[in-house]
Amino acid sequence: MKYKAKIIVRLKEGLNDPEGRVIGKALKNLGYKIEDLKVPKYFEVVFESDKPEKEVEEMCKRLLANPVIHTYEYQLEPLGE
Amino acid sequence: MPKFAVIVFPGTNCDFETVEAIKKAGGEAERVWYKSSLKDFDGVVLPGGFSYADYLRAGAISARAEIMEEVKALVSEGKPVLGICNGFQILTESGLLPGALRPNKVPRFLCKWVYLRVNDAQTAFTQFYKEGEVIRMPIAHAEGNYYTDSPKVRIVFQYSNEKGNVTEDANPNGSLLNIAGVSNEKGNVLGMMPHPERASDKWLGSEDGLKVFKSMVEYAKR
Repeated sequence: MKYKAKIIVRLKEGLNDPEGRVIGKALKNLGYKIEDLKVPKYFEVVFESDKPEKEVEEMCKRLLANPVIHTYEYQLEPLGE
Repeated sequence: MPKFAVIVFPGTNCDFETVEAIKKAGGEAERVWYKSSLKDFDGVVLPGGFSYADYLRAGAISARAEIMEEVKALVSEGKPVLGICNGFQILTESGLLPGALRPNKVPRFLCKWVYLRVNDAQTAFTQFYKEGEVIRMPIAHAEGNYYTDSPKVRIVFQYSNEKGNVTEDANPNGSLLNIAGVSNEKGNVLGMMPHPERASDKWLGSEDGLKVFKSMVEYAKR
């Protein structure tokens, strides 16, 4: 069975996000009342598996996220045979 | 004479200079493609560069290469393993050193000379320095902002001013506690963002980095 995993990797709460800070500042300069802006990473992975939950967890833990600084969440979408 | 492998990944670019610095320090050194074996080497250096173009996170993809299993085996045998810049990022990503290197506080590439305070002169790479000694080396990185929540980290180098004071102004990238280099508990793995190979001869502007390699060569003779 094929699946699409939509994975979001975020910096842990309280960790500085320099990219987000600069982009937030740019929006502020355009006149928006920005309080905070974060830049998480988004992945879309199409894969074939009998154990999609287990494998997507593994993908996050082994490579896509760094547990020292990141948290992650995902949605799994079945795509059929 | 101890022989060191300088591992080359796709995108590594400080390998030749690192080989020269090791030779100058009295060791033998060879560039080793990452698909090769580390048999017959007395130590390993992961040099600087931009392996896999720093895609995903700096060092993340190289850290999962098969050769890193061999590096881990050498570490457990007590052999010296040094990671410089991208090499430091690979060592944290592979779990050989605690912590992580995030994008610089001001998110841009930094290339400049900095002062470092030697905080720990007991590791395999710092035995020829004195504790508290102030040395000068260049940095060249976009992701050198060190962070850890581990209490087990040995802080080896800290960004300081010329007098050796560890101040906020002397911190180029936002690193926790001005950390520029850390070691594992045993002291045989060192990761550092500054480039000692680029400070290994007077004509380069400093030879303060040479003692990193001399210490490593001496340690590997044991």
